[in-house]
Amino acid sequence: MNIVVCVKYVPDATADRQFESDNTVDRVGVDGLLSELDEYAVEQALQIKEKAGDDTEVTAVCIGPEKAVDAVRKALQMGVDKGIHVVDDAIAGSDAVATSLVLAKAVEKAGPADLIVCGMASTDAVMSVVPAMLAERLDLPQVTLASVVETQGDQVRVKRDGDTATEVIGATMPLVLSVTDQSGEARYPSFKGIMAAQKKPLETWSLSNIGVDAGDVGLSVAWTEVDETTPRPPRTAGEIVKDEDSSGATALTEFLAAKKFI
Amino acid sequence: MSEVLVLIDHVDGAVRKPTYELLTIAKRLGEPSAVFIGSGAQGAEVAEKVKAHGAEKVYVVDDAQIKGYLVAPKAEALQQLAEKAQSGGGLAAILIPSTSEGKEIAGRLAIKIGSGLITDAVDVQEGGVTTQSVFAGNFTLTGKVTKGTPIITVKPNSAAPEESAGAGAVEEFAATISDSAKKAQIVASQPRKATGRPELTEAAIVVSGGRGTGGNFEPIEGMADALGAAVGASRAAVDSGWMPHSFQVGQTGKTVSPQLYVAAGISGAIQHRAGMQTSKTIVAVNKDEEAPIFELVDFGVVGDLNTVLSAAADAINQRKD
Repeated sequence: MNIVVCVKYVPDATADRQFESDNTVDRVGVDGLLSELDEYAVEQALQIKEKAGDDTEVTAVCIGPEKAVDAVRKALQMGVDKGIHVVDDAIAGSDAVATSLVLAKAVEKAGPADLIVCGMASTDAVMSVVPAMLAERLDLPQVTLASVVETQGDQVRVKRDGDTATEVIGATMPLVLSVTDQSGEARYPSFKGIMAAQKKPLETWSLSNIGVDAGDVGLSVAWTEVDETTPRPPRTAGEIVKDEDSSGATALTEFLAAKKFI
Repeated sequence: MSEVLVLIDHVDGAVRKPTYELLTIAKRLGEPSAVFIGSGAQGAEVAEKVKAHGAEKVYVVDDAQIKGYLVAPKAEALQQLAEKAQSGGGLAAILIPSTSEGKEIAGRLAIKIGSGLITDAVDVQEGGVTTQSVFAGNFTLTGKVTKGTPIITVKPNSAAPEESAGAGAVEEFAATISDSAKKAQIVASQPRKATGRPELTEAAIVVSGGRGTGGNFEPIEGMADALGAAVGASRAAVDSGWMPHSFQVGQTGKTVSPQLYVAAGISGAIQHRAGMQTSKTIVAVNKDEEAPIFELVDFGVVGDLNTVLSAAADAINQRKD
């Protein structure tokens, strides 16, 4: 079995994230890392490999600037067999539509894949649309937002906590799978894993390697534009009271009444 | 005037409130045409509801070929409706509820019809200018779609629903669903249990509990009921198995933006803040006065949530009598 797991390099959500002057995400000035939500995708890919047996190979694919190779390295350290980093200046500022194009072409070249695994969203843009777009471009079934994943041969069955119902989704490989943070704790790279990762194959591809025209991606041809980015004004410091002899509840009730909530 | 397709958000024909918000927004962009993908037998009843909120047309797409499969068939149906509208009087935009399924439908549709996509809009104004809240609510973006027909997914509470009668002309539409769209099968479906409380993402008031509850959500629920609020939970409470994932507020759960958000026993990690930071008024109860949640609040009580919330709920209930 051939598994491709898509990973994104994102600015650290706990850092002070910023935009560039052209309103794209600052991916250089802020420390980056493998998107936490993609760690769950790597974990599920590894679990499926472990269950399927020896002839299964897991390849991590990442699109991003030079530093994004760190995300691929982390995936290798966690246990994937091979890494591919698609890097090209022309990609900068791409929207989800263009990202899905590059990803689809990279996955095709890396494949043929039986299973393409993604996280539920990136922690920067948080759109949750790339797995669906990827499935559309590759004309594959999408089995997305899985909180429990089960495979048997080429059959995949997942639990999906939908908007109004909990569903069981079934499909036959090849398919695009996305997993949530409920799917199972992601493993930490072991010392052995970190050492082994240094010897694993890690390829760097440009757009021409995967047959994507540089004119079809990037900020200038994005199908959406961001006109303005405004930092939210800091919240003005509120009133904090200490609860003593039920004074807290009284003060809280008065506050809510003054604000007309009761 | 060009049509604006609005995908109706419903559960077995029961129209959900965000639909009316979308119709209100649609009127700013063109002529609202509501799209009902559901049981054809319920079409007339649904049409009456959306008509009262300004739908000029109501497309009824019977879901016999659609309901058993995830996402893809709905995207195909919308693609065909979009093409129909385009070849008619024109299509100004497609508005879709920002649910997890809605966003995925929008994603596939964007590729199919070659149009730009904006997700999680909190406002859409004339000319399709959208507002989004990003980076855990720390930034506000304005932008627009620049190619094709704007596809915009809109979050709940992004507009006050306005009642205004539209023509509500019902048109049955037979979508052709391809075999390749019928490959991800919904094998089983368990509707979420009704809680009797408002829907989390739609509620005007949300009361959430975290690790500090120690697993006892009674004070949270008591306070929620006193305020007519929805109940939410932090990831810590969900990971501990105290509350189902559908209650989770935060980066990987629901994003809420109510008039009032009460966080009890929640420290306020960035992942939680991402889900509630844009709430109008924020109140916290936490026994740790160093908890980062207190940096966000309009009003905070340092104390035990069990005693504070129980006493406050009693006081609120007494005021109502």
